[in-house]
Amino acid sequence: MAPLTHSRFPLLAAVHAASDPREVALRLSRSRREFLRDAAGLTVGAALAGACPLGHAETARRRRKVIVITFGGGARDQETFAPEGQENIPHLLGELAPRSSFFTHVINRGILGHYVATASLATGVYETLNNFAAVPPDHPTVFEYFRKDLHRPASDAWVVAPSNGFNRIGESDCRSYGQGLGATVILPKRLLNAATSGATADFQHLLHDNYETPFYTPQVEGSEFDLQQLETLLRLSIGDFMAHARTLSSPDELSVYIAKQLMRQQSPSLLWITMHDIDIAHSGAYSLYIEGIRRTDRLCAELWNAAQNEPEYAGNTTMLILPDFGRDADQDSGGNGFQHHRTGDAASRTTWMMALGAGVREGVVYDSPIQSIDLVPSVGAIFGFSPGQAQGKPIPQLIG
Amino acid sequence: MQPRDLQPEQFSGYPPEAGKLAVRYLPALRELPLSFAPLLLRELIDYDYKFPAERRALEGELSVLAALSPAAAGEWFQAFAQIQLSPKLENTDWINNPARFGEEESAWLWTTHQLDAFRSAAIAYNDRLQRAAPPPPAPLPRLGVAVIGQGVSSWSAPLFRYLRPYGTWFPNVDPRNGLQHLTAALQARAAAHPAPYAHWYIDGGQASDHSPLLTCVSYAALAPLRSALLAFIQSQVRRPGMGPEELRSNLARLEPADLGLQPTDPVLDRFQVKIFTEGSGTQIFATTFAQWTAREVLRRAQPASLLVRYAPRQRQRPMNELLSNDDRAPQLDPPGSLIDADMGAWYQWIDQQRLSGSAQSAFLVWFEGQSQAVAISPNLPRGVQSDSALSLDKLLALATT
Repeated sequence: MAPLTHSRFPLLAAVHAASDPREVALRLSRSRREFLRDAAGLTVGAALAGACPLGHAETARRRRKVIVITFGGGARDQETFAPEGQENIPHLLGELAPRSSFFTHVINRGILGHYVATASLATGVYETLNNFAAVPPDHPTVFEYFRKDLHRPASDAWVVAPSNGFNRIGESDCRSYGQGLGATVILPKRLLNAATSGATADFQHLLHDNYETPFYTPQVEGSEFDLQQLETLLRLSIGDFMAHARTLSSPDELSVYIAKQLMRQQSPSLLWITMHDIDIAHSGAYSLYIEGIRRTDRLCAELWNAAQNEPEYAGNTTMLILPDFGRDADQDSGGNGFQHHRTGDAASRTTWMMALGAGVREGVVYDSPIQSIDLVPSVGAIFGFSPGQAQGKPIPQLIG
Repeated sequence: MQPRDLQPEQFSGYPPEAGKLAVRYLPALRELPLSFAPLLLRELIDYDYKFPAERRALEGELSVLAALSPAAAGEWFQAFAQIQLSPKLENTDWINNPARFGEEESAWLWTTHQLDAFRSAAIAYNDRLQRAAPPPPAPLPRLGVAVIGQGVSSWSAPLFRYLRPYGTWFPNVDPRNGLQHLTAALQARAAAHPAPYAHWYIDGGQASDHSPLLTCVSYAALAPLRSALLAFIQSQVRRPGMGPEELRSNLARLEPADLGLQPTDPVLDRFQVKIFTEGSGTQIFATTFAQWTAREVLRRAQPASLLVRYAPRQRQRPMNELLSNDDRAPQLDPPGSLIDADMGAWYQWIDQQRLSGSAQSAFLVWFEGQSQAVAISPNLPRGVQSDSALSLDKLLALATT
């Protein structure tokens, strides 16, 4: 173990870690590759680098669906892809990894707060907005590029997200894009709140907005998907919605239920689902953090299977699963281990991405570093739109 | 306002000892860059309420800074001086509210992508400080004890997974009178080496009988404080325009009396309030309370002895249960709490190893009422198993002598 001392800057998250952060990031990446090779039989991508099997011919593009899942809010290797964490992700490892291209080294150089990091994923720019306010991103989102460039209707791009702060993630403040060109955002917990007026105090606890600031809920501003649309767009009565919610154990399960309903009724070409149960780690209860990871692992497989079973999605869907970022390392004295993501250390900045389905080479591991802001240009290449303001680059192994 | 413009009268709002210290070291404070000076003042302004070890460390740091030549000071702080701050930050009342400055500076560093530069500067500064003013040796080899798993009668999954490679795993200890043996050992250490805040007992539930020689903090004893704090938070979040930063600042300003704490020991009272106002989840979960308090005791008080006993936390109720409007009294989650505490014990050991004398220190984690324990000590081999049926007092003696 590296020499340790207590940090003099706990709030500013400075550390005394003796390791070079770049070296730590590379080590994390290498260990993910080794583990996947051993556990899931994946091969290293350098030898196979090149075009994807399906390519992106125009006819294929018109039918193409993309589902993005953020494996949120942030999980570390030691609870997921490292040997001691494998028991927590049986579905990712056993079912999805062998069918995937796995990117071991995804770097997030931005702000490590969930809303701002997810907004950065969605714009391809490291956004600097207030993480705790319901404000739109400064730059056009993937949904705006997709809809404006490809002339797609509003029903073709949707976001299912956990908390009020995410209400504005569907479209930016950018003048040439913005209002009316983004995705419709559904906040299932908020729908539940609306459907259960007169909730108990315990119920309010369930509905608290996020785990980063559990006592504070941003006000929802802008357009909102309401209960009436539940019925008209998703063919779901409030009674059925509530009855089903009563069978579920967590907000992310509710999000997946809504997402599957969306796939069935609207079949959007671009669907973005933000998971959040894992972020209960902020409460400091390790067992609940682990439960969150196991649930998210199961829900990712459930969504993949749903895509295989829906005629509109089967065979033409690319699914991209990635955490928005990691969490602090145990040895970093500026943090408190798994509980937060405040230090900006390598463990909190370095994550992974799993790509599955149409146009994706199966069973391959890629080690070369990519950035989280590379997601939007890659989705652009898959669909055939140009995200002009995005600062990332298309990932060569995904675009063929 | 820049540090070079600091004047003695600007510290008149500081508590008495802190004000005197600031004035004594004013020339050194004036040499600091703005990105750094308020962070030092954030420590200094609390000087009157700091533990002895913290006071010594702060005085040592200020002495080192005061002794730096201009050239050396330039070298030490060059990287901090290159951090670009906003005019808004420069105009903040960072002398009287350095904690708020720290919050805003943190947000600014993230937003402007300067956090990595600041991290590097801070690492280099801390390394220099450690070399110039190494922490004093521990008065006796430190001892940490974690007691986990209260309320769990059987458990088949492996425990102490992270700690085992650093010590010896004992799967057959004699659990009889285990807690009494452990508290007695701590009391003996406290009697033999008395010093303020040097020997601690933290309990995540109701504290068991213990000697007054131990500084004790327990979750049960602080229930009224927790209730008062949660009521304060509820009243704050209902105020129009309240945001998380302002809420955090208001929490930081709370005094023990604001939360109805009867004054007994100003340093300990303040410490207990901070456990709840600065810790995340400490207000809700007993296991988080125990882990975070241990972390803060080790970081701040740097004790010679620390016993942490975990108790079951309340169960997190699933969504379907909440939706059924089932208003049963909160239930406990002993198995989940055991998992929490197992990780908490690992963190306690890491935090202990950050203190001076780590090569000589000892650590023991025991599954309460059961036969499993791990002992880490320079006297014991690493990564091995011992089937000895030792009692806990014997095991502790083996680890500490």
